[in-house]
Amino acid sequence: MELVEAIILAVLAASTPLLIAATGELVTERSGVLNLGVEGMMIVGAACGFAGAWLTGSVFIGALFGVVAGALMSLVFALMALGLAVNQVATGLALTILGVGLSGLIGAGFVGERITPAMHLYIPVLTDIPLIGRVLFGEDGFVYFSVALIAGVWWFLYRTRAGLILRACGDNHVSAHALGYPVLRIRTFAVMFGGACAGLAGAYLPLAYTPFFIPGMTAGRGWIALALVVFSSWRPGRLVVGAYLFGAVTILQLHAQGWGVGIPSQFMSALPYLATVIVLVLLSRARSGGSTAPAALGTVFVPDR
Amino acid sequence: MQLVLEKRVERSGTIALVSPLIAVGLTILTMVILFAILGKNPLLALHAYFIAPLTDGYSLQEIAVKATPLVMIAIGLSLCYLANAWNIGAEGQFLIGAVAGSWVAVKTQGTDAGAWVLPAMLVLAAAAGALYALIPAICKVKFGASEILTSLMLVYVADLFLDYLVRGPWRDPQGFNFPTTAEFDPVATVPLLIEGGRLHLGSIIALLVVAAAAILLGRTIKGFEIRVVGAAPRAARFGGFNANQLIILTFAVSGALAGLAGIIEVAGPIGHLQPGISPGYGFTAIIVAFLGRLNPVGILIAGLFLALTFIGGEQAQIAMKIPLDVTKVFQGILLFYVLACDSLILYRFKLVFPNRQVSRGAG
Repeated sequence: MELVEAIILAVLAASTPLLIAATGELVTERSGVLNLGVEGMMIVGAACGFAGAWLTGSVFIGALFGVVAGALMSLVFALMALGLAVNQVATGLALTILGVGLSGLIGAGFVGERITPAMHLYIPVLTDIPLIGRVLFGEDGFVYFSVALIAGVWWFLYRTRAGLILRACGDNHVSAHALGYPVLRIRTFAVMFGGACAGLAGAYLPLAYTPFFIPGMTAGRGWIALALVVFSSWRPGRLVVGAYLFGAVTILQLHAQGWGVGIPSQFMSALPYLATVIVLVLLSRARSGGSTAPAALGTVFVPDR
Repeated sequence: MQLVLEKRVERSGTIALVSPLIAVGLTILTMVILFAILGKNPLLALHAYFIAPLTDGYSLQEIAVKATPLVMIAIGLSLCYLANAWNIGAEGQFLIGAVAGSWVAVKTQGTDAGAWVLPAMLVLAAAAGALYALIPAICKVKFGASEILTSLMLVYVADLFLDYLVRGPWRDPQGFNFPTTAEFDPVATVPLLIEGGRLHLGSIIALLVVAAAAILLGRTIKGFEIRVVGAAPRAARFGGFNANQLIILTFAVSGALAGLAGIIEVAGPIGHLQPGISPGYGFTAIIVAFLGRLNPVGILIAGLFLALTFIGGEQAQIAMKIPLDVTKVFQGILLFYVLACDSLILYRFKLVFPNRQVSRGAG
């Protein structure tokens, strides 16, 4: 029983940064922008988040640092890809290269330092319920926030007018522009939302996952988040399922060795990527399903005047 | 008053020529500011980065060795990008090439296999790289799946596969449990050009690749087709060029070149297969391709320049304790400036006054 609980807790903790980063990227991509710089924004968020928490002694302010750092990084992307109509793929990769370097510079002074990690919720009686108590009532704030975030994004995209307009920009920017919507401004907001989420997801790692900062600690989670958005076929509901699935794979891979299961851990680690490729192919084959990529994803838009 | 982009009637030839130079200039300016923030003397730092490596023979050879994989991969990528096929998984094709070539080296280890080993490694690596690149290409052509996403995902699969091999079946039993194969036999090693030096045969192969690409793009019909399909897809359709076939072709060629670069790196400067054989060559090559304006000679120059930043970064770390991360920041900023300056070839800035337009429209 306790092992099951421990595994569920570990899966939730491993899935949370993926869920937060992928939620942001989902909104960005739904507006028609492909930002491949998630890893770069996350890792800068991790360095700045730790720096903020270490300097102020507050995890909350650290998280805010991460959010702002991620948003600023994405602003650079928006300036290039939207303001200057530069190729989004190349810009996103440049953002990741830059982010890895920057986080190394920012974080260099903090390697080896420790902070008090994010508090876990504790409600007497409820948290003590066996098996589900700690899972439901004993998490840190990031976990609850990530669930609220994806629910909020679902509500925004499908239940509000602004969400409809954002999706319109992603599916056909020429029509959205012709209807009088400021496509580039909407996309800038979407990109910055994605950056803020990536920064928060990065900050989660040194603030809650492990209470210290090491260079390169995002360890490719940004790329998994990117895969996750494709895996979920750009839908918030499936994104939640995918995030916990991908998180579960990373945890199972750690336990599989302990249980003496004969699958090399590298094959488990490769599963999310392979699954994403297969899902992408299946989705592209079944175009009639209506759940494919935003039609204008990754294309440059310069409004006519 | 608002600053907006406006499409130029014709692409600007002047800016196309000077834009890489402007980008390098702006990057160096930014680096001066960054060095000052880090509390280092900017002039000394720039000297350590860009001048010092050019003054001794060992560093010059080292630059050529670093430029070799960058140039080979970037040439292949440039063919893809010219044909509007977005292969960004060269890193994975590089690793798979290294793995496939190493297979021959590992299996013939300690046997009296002859001089055929190295050629077999090179051929197998190129073939494996090409096949690996064909996965995203075929998914694109057959099913319309975004080649950007599939080629990127396959990078991590290749990385994990290599990791599995060197930690598992191919691990050197005498390697003190380090994740690496045994050192390759001399017949499985790329020969050095100068005895006791660093320069190896791979650099000659890279130069041949540059020459071949220049001839392909400048003098052959296939090269013309590649350029037309990318620049004017509609015109290419009317001309009867098969865009899908070109996606397959350019992906295969770029995969083969990346795979070849992979085995040359492993059988040359490194000498055995281990994780981390690439400090992101496949991604840095994307910068090289763009900085070189997707032109073979330009790529050669850009590759040498990026290699200089790698070597200069190492020297600046030793001489001035400047963190190695500065090199990454440098490369990222350089790519940003290159892309931004490129944008001005097709677009220009224009000041608009929204209020006046509205009143004119109303009147």
